[in-house]
Amino acid sequence: MRSAPDDISDTLAGLAIFADLSRPEVERVAHTLEERYFAQDERVLREGLSGSAFYIILEGEAAVIAGGKRVNTLGRGEFFGEISVLLGEAPVADIVAARPLRCLVLPGELLKDFLQSNPRVCYRILVAEARKLANATRRGG
Amino acid sequence: MKHAVISADESAGGMFRRWPFFQRLLSWTKPYAPFERGSREYERYDWNSLLADDRPQRAVMTEIMDGTSYYPSRPEMERNLATFAERTGLSVRFGCRWTATRRDGDRWVLETSDGEYRCQVPIFAVGVAEPWRPQMPGIEDVPHYAATRPAESYAGKRVFIIGKENSGFELATGFLQWAKQIVLASPSPAKLSINTRSLVGVRARYVQPYEDHVLAGGVIVLDASIERIERSGNAFLVHTRKAESAAELVFEVDDVIAATGFTSPIRDLPNLGVATVGRNKLPAQTPFWESASVPGVYFGGTIHQASPGLRKHGMPSNSGGVNGHRYNGRILAREIARKHFGIEPDRPVLPRAEAVSYLLHEFTNAPELWHQKSYLARVLIRDEKRGILNDGILPLQSFLDAGPADAVAATLEENPAGDIYPVLYTRRGGVSTEHDLPPHPLHDFRTRDHEKQVVDALQGLLL
Repeated sequence: MRSAPDDISDTLAGLAIFADLSRPEVERVAHTLEERYFAQDERVLREGLSGSAFYIILEGEAAVIAGGKRVNTLGRGEFFGEISVLLGEAPVADIVAARPLRCLVLPGELLKDFLQSNPRVCYRILVAEARKLANATRRGG
Repeated sequence: MKHAVISADESAGGMFRRWPFFQRLLSWTKPYAPFERGSREYERYDWNSLLADDRPQRAVMTEIMDGTSYYPSRPEMERNLATFAERTGLSVRFGCRWTATRRDGDRWVLETSDGEYRCQVPIFAVGVAEPWRPQMPGIEDVPHYAATRPAESYAGKRVFIIGKENSGFELATGFLQWAKQIVLASPSPAKLSINTRSLVGVRARYVQPYEDHVLAGGVIVLDASIERIERSGNAFLVHTRKAESAAELVFEVDDVIAATGFTSPIRDLPNLGVATVGRNKLPAQTPFWESASVPGVYFGGTIHQASPGLRKHGMPSNSGGVNGHRYNGRILAREIARKHFGIEPDRPVLPRAEAVSYLLHEFTNAPELWHQKSYLARVLIRDEKRGILNDGILPLQSFLDAGPADAVAATLEENPAGDIYPVLYTRRGGVSTEHDLPPHPLHDFRTRDHEKQVVDALQGLLL
């Protein structure tokens, strides 16, 4: 994973949460998000710090670290940061690049407008959140 | 440190002999400010002068501008850089073009038009001024912003500008009195700097075409994908599609200009493993502006914009401008000296009794903190033997992720409501904690309330 993709729209179109968008919609989204690259072991989100953002993984792997332990691993197409943004609270875990990581980033304060103007993306995110909640409930039970 | 500087240009200030197209920069210098010219505090009001330790080499821009604007003209900016190089006695080998790069043992070899240079550490400060175009059928047949003709040659023409960032709006502003019709188009809505509260977005100077658009004066600012561009006799057909309705709109125009931005001419560095990022493929960097994928390769100048820092609340750094990267450059020199040449920086002792007032003064006046909000920070370290050590200005991200175990970083931040406020980050035993202080209507943070909050945050750490 060295170079930025030639056309980020092509990459986006292949991710599940953008699967319902038309090509012009995908291009609009691609222009709205910013691409970031994180070296291995670089921190992406920091527990307890305000002003975070919403991240979608394009390539690579991210580790979720809570209480000093790795509690989850996220990969291509998965996203993070939305809970702290939606709740207006600082993240409760660190996210660290487990391998070189390429993400798309949306500043937290733009997330509400983004979800409202892309309802089909919003629905896909909601489904993913429901799945996470169901899995957590099963584990808890 | 022994060093060599090479430049493909024939003299200092090469980029400003070409751009911006309509002659004036977007970065200001205020000759009359609340602080004396040449003082550290004055740098907050002068975005264009380079930094120096000696007074005659500081605030050079103020001596050069002719008073007709607080934005320098291109020739003024070129003279600013040339004068600085002359006064500081910088030794630069001009007319020497870097052509290729390779590794030879523990050295880097730079092949140039004048032969080979061998070094422990290369720093590539090659700018972000090479025209860049997205993939789009037909775009290869239209000129880039960089090849725009004189404005009067667009008299009576229908002009389609691809891109709604500063370069697109700059051209539109220059064409207002010449072109018959102006269309600006890109997939997402135009951002204005007064809304983003940063240098990301169209600057106020170039908003006139936008006002013309909203008042239905003839300029069209369109949010649509551009699907293809076709030749049609002496005209062009530009096929666009709006995201919301998927409706196609086809424009027949006389000229199309790709105001699609710039990239950096990093030549063969990607072949050596240098990762790139973003639409215009700038090299991905660490908080100290080292390649994120190839250790030992560093970057300088405007390329620093690809080391974004924390971007708290979405706020970008100002590293794409002189007013931002001039401070990064000082830190970069210090870091390379420390890491590669074993030269530790001076860390003078700060008397404990002065620590609080010092931090309040830094919040209020430090130009590094004002120009690089939530990006650079003043760092003080607790040292068991010597007391409080002043570690200087450093990247905030490096402090939070790899800073000293017991220390404090002072920075300025801005929230979505537009409040600018001081923030202290304390590290106790390696654990970072954020302390947000209140904003002040005049940005003067030397108040009793701020003093009390700083004392509370530092208690048991530095006090």
